[in-house]
Amino acid sequence: MYIFSDRKYIISFIFIGLVLIYLGRLFYIQVLDDKYKLAANDNALRHKIEYPERGVIYDRNGKILVYNEAAYDLMVIPKRVKKIDTTDLCRLLEITREDFIEKLAELKKKKFSSFRPEVFESELSLETYATLQEKMYKFPGFFVQARTLRKYPNKVAAHALGYVGEVDEKIVEQNPYYRSGDNMGLSGIEKSYEIPLRGQRGVKIVMVDVYNREKGSFENGKYDTASVLGRSLVSSIDLELQQYGEKLMQNKVGAIVAIEPSSGEILSLLSSPTYDPNLLVGRVKSKNYRKMLVDTLKPLYNRATMAKYPPGSTFKLVNGLIGLQEGVINENTLFSCSRGFHFGGLTVGCHPHASPVNLRFSITTSCNSYYCNTFRNIINKYPRAQTGFNVWRNHVLSFGLGQKYPVDLPQESSGNVPTVKYYDKYHGAGRWNAISVISLAIGQGEMGVTPLQMANYCATIANRGWYYTPHVIKSIDGGRIDTLYRTKQKTTVEARHFIPIVDGMRNVVMNGTGRIAQLDSLTVCGKTGTAQNPHGKDHSIFIAFAPMDNPKIAIAVYVENAGFGATWAAPIASLMIEKYLRREVKRPEMEKRILDANLLPKKEDWISKK
Amino acid sequence: MARRNKEDVLQNIDWMLVLLYLVLVTLGWFNIYAAVYNEEYKSIFDTSQSYGMQLVWIVSSLVIAFMILIIDGEFFPSFAYVLYGAFIVLLLAVIVAGVEVKGSRSWIGVGSFRIQPAEFAKFATNLALAKYLSNINIKFEKLSTKLIAAAIFAVPALIIILQNETGSALVYGSFVLVLYREGLSGNILLLGVAMVVLFISALLVDEWILLVILGVLAVGSFLFVRLRRQNILIVSVLLIFAAGFVHSVDYAFTNILEPHQKKRINVLLGKEVDPKGAGYNVNQSMIAIGSGGMIGKGYLNGTQTKYNYVPEQSTDFIFCTVGEEWGFAGSVAVLGLFVILLLRIIFLAERQRSSFSRIYGYGLASIIFFHIAINVGMTIGLAPVVGIPLPFFSYGGSSLWSFTILTFIFVRLDAYRFQILR
Repeated sequence: MYIFSDRKYIISFIFIGLVLIYLGRLFYIQVLDDKYKLAANDNALRHKIEYPERGVIYDRNGKILVYNEAAYDLMVIPKRVKKIDTTDLCRLLEITREDFIEKLAELKKKKFSSFRPEVFESELSLETYATLQEKMYKFPGFFVQARTLRKYPNKVAAHALGYVGEVDEKIVEQNPYYRSGDNMGLSGIEKSYEIPLRGQRGVKIVMVDVYNREKGSFENGKYDTASVLGRSLVSSIDLELQQYGEKLMQNKVGAIVAIEPSSGEILSLLSSPTYDPNLLVGRVKSKNYRKMLVDTLKPLYNRATMAKYPPGSTFKLVNGLIGLQEGVINENTLFSCSRGFHFGGLTVGCHPHASPVNLRFSITTSCNSYYCNTFRNIINKYPRAQTGFNVWRNHVLSFGLGQKYPVDLPQESSGNVPTVKYYDKYHGAGRWNAISVISLAIGQGEMGVTPLQMANYCATIANRGWYYTPHVIKSIDGGRIDTLYRTKQKTTVEARHFIPIVDGMRNVVMNGTGRIAQLDSLTVCGKTGTAQNPHGKDHSIFIAFAPMDNPKIAIAVYVENAGFGATWAAPIASLMIEKYLRREVKRPEMEKRILDANLLPKKEDWISKK
Repeated sequence: MARRNKEDVLQNIDWMLVLLYLVLVTLGWFNIYAAVYNEEYKSIFDTSQSYGMQLVWIVSSLVIAFMILIIDGEFFPSFAYVLYGAFIVLLLAVIVAGVEVKGSRSWIGVGSFRIQPAEFAKFATNLALAKYLSNINIKFEKLSTKLIAAAIFAVPALIIILQNETGSALVYGSFVLVLYREGLSGNILLLGVAMVVLFISALLVDEWILLVILGVLAVGSFLFVRLRRQNILIVSVLLIFAAGFVHSVDYAFTNILEPHQKKRINVLLGKEVDPKGAGYNVNQSMIAIGSGGMIGKGYLNGTQTKYNYVPEQSTDFIFCTVGEEWGFAGSVAVLGLFVILLLRIIFLAERQRSSFSRIYGYGLASIIFFHIAINVGMTIGLAPVVGIPLPFFSYGGSSLWSFTILTFIFVRLDAYRFQILR
């Protein structure tokens, strides 16, 4: 039987041969081909994103404007749900059994892996959460997950603070930082300070098993990046002033902006009607947003930075200043006024008052004729109307009008100061003169100024010729803000020319059109305005600053369709000044009159604050 | 040199084979620990976990091994047929009285203790085959001898198929190698290989194209063989046979196989990609092995292994643990150890004086080889997913006991070799 013993070599060869083939294959998949290594990481590694808490925003006195509140979502892993007492869980969640079954079935078929946690019920109430937590062991497959939501304890400054929402596809495409599902600030401070507020998201690589259960960090966290907390901001807004302003503006449409002239810090910025910023947080957001979007009073619209109103008579101050700077008038120049300014067939009417008037008195009494003359003289100082107009326009721009500030609030309108080009197009090149555009003399016509610009212009006068770019944030995490907000912007008008203008403004309050704004010993300076409104009743405007020397607050108040500036805007401004400088208001009758007033065009379904 | 005591078993044992056995079993145990590693039960001795139980199986295997070694060497040839008969009866009994586990009726249980007789029938069959072929009165050249020899391992295989354990039944095919060693024509082996190639081609290539190719090959063969009537006849018969085979494979595939079986075959052949269904195991297994790299991720550091991405990892897919945690180096080491084991068995088999012992040795080597080929092959996508364990490595009492008995009967026979008269 030894004849076949050589076959041991063949058999050995078969054994070795097959093992060599296998080793070749193993060498290929283990060493040469990277595909399996990637697939293994895909299997077992999860990049878990850790969202840091968003920064808190304080008011200028350290009171909290917005912070984060924990919210609890009930999560479910559909595959893990065992036989549970559905009745009990439904009662806790206040849903019907049918809803429960339907919801669960939907989640089960929706996702690729039934082991992935899904939100079953978002933002449980604290009571529900507490009861649920105790009974959680009864409901295998369910668990509660915490996250944070923005919370506005004082329900104010909705427009200034803005809101946070989910990023859209466009942002995800443009900005590699964001992934779909992320939140970001979408308006207000939340938007303009998104980067410091959001902090830096961290990534933690965790290992998961085949059931998607976490099994600890990968390589002891060697590849993890820590999240960086959002930075806290100190806003220049004065919470109490803001609250008071919103109260005064209830049942009125308009805006108030108050600025500290010496720093450009915005003390209060409000648009009315406003809304409780908590309405745009969490699961109630989309419902409320849609509701507000169709509201005819446009509560979402930030009138303070976006609405372009004609400045009306308040603009006379600018024309007076330009006249002085251009030398076409001096503080003693007199113009006569016989119920208005008459030129050819044109009349710009004026109310009855003594004539002739000098500069100071023209402000006190808000004489139209005086400024039509002044404006005409400015334009006519130059051989061509276009040249004169450009000179005038540049002066106007230096007051921060007709241009966007690099303000730290998004959604800002630049307002409108018409250009030569505009009139050339409208009247034909060279076929217009000072008289054609005379309405600019009294702040009507094509002029458009936002309440923010108006307040800043008032602050500029208070400072006698300069301003800091208005801003709503004082410091970031205790650090200083951008140098932009610490650079003086000078007007083209010299400081000395402001003396008669400020005197005039003081007189407005002492014994002129704005007497109502008088505030005992405080040297309030102001100017009324009544902007003609083609759509309805005139807008009531008042700008003011106080005290006269070393001013602490400059304010602009607009009340839409309310009539004369003196009637509504002036007392509101005066009360605001009192509130800010005295911290308490001691004019209850005036306060009551304002609070009780309902100046809304029509009571429609707009969302009032709760 | 002291005169060797031919009757002292311990003196005559091939310690190298025993050592290889011990090394493989120990490595298997460590890899099972890694595969089912559970942080709550860190002790490798914890019998509530597979690794603790495997130690129980290992210790009991050593007891069994020792018992086999103290049995008289003459016992095995003498009781070969008795054992074989007993196991045939047992296999049949399982069909009637067995416990059904995962769709196959192959377990027999006493209380909570369950074993798979199919595993143990291997050694009995090997003994019976060796007994039959070593009979000095038989002539292997005779067809009847070959048929009887084939029947000896075909019968248990058929019974096991009836138990729905096709994988275990396939193992009995490995005895063909034993027959080859004893004189079976190499052409039969080649024919077998040719049939496998044809079988796969029939599934991959369109039937008509394949027939054309076969025709061309037949005509082309006359470039190498002389154009004689006899040769023409042989080639024609082969061609007709091949065509019939291809056609029946095609027919069987489309008409007889169940959809899930078709799918499994298609996935294996690469005609279908199905990482979540039939191909899931293989896909995950290849990911685990492929991610091991050159030197592996380190013991207990394999993410795929630790987090249970590969199903059945402690049993059929234990090689994944080696591949992932020890890398290509570990693969070489383990497969290398198996090759050394196989070559050692062949070497020992060839030095036997008795045909019985030699044939038994080849049977042992063939069974181990077949298990390695299928088991490792399936983990790297080169063999169909057939649930058979990796010898000495895979978790499981039946499997470990069975291989221990198979191996140590051979160790005993080898130690007995000097007592056998030529």
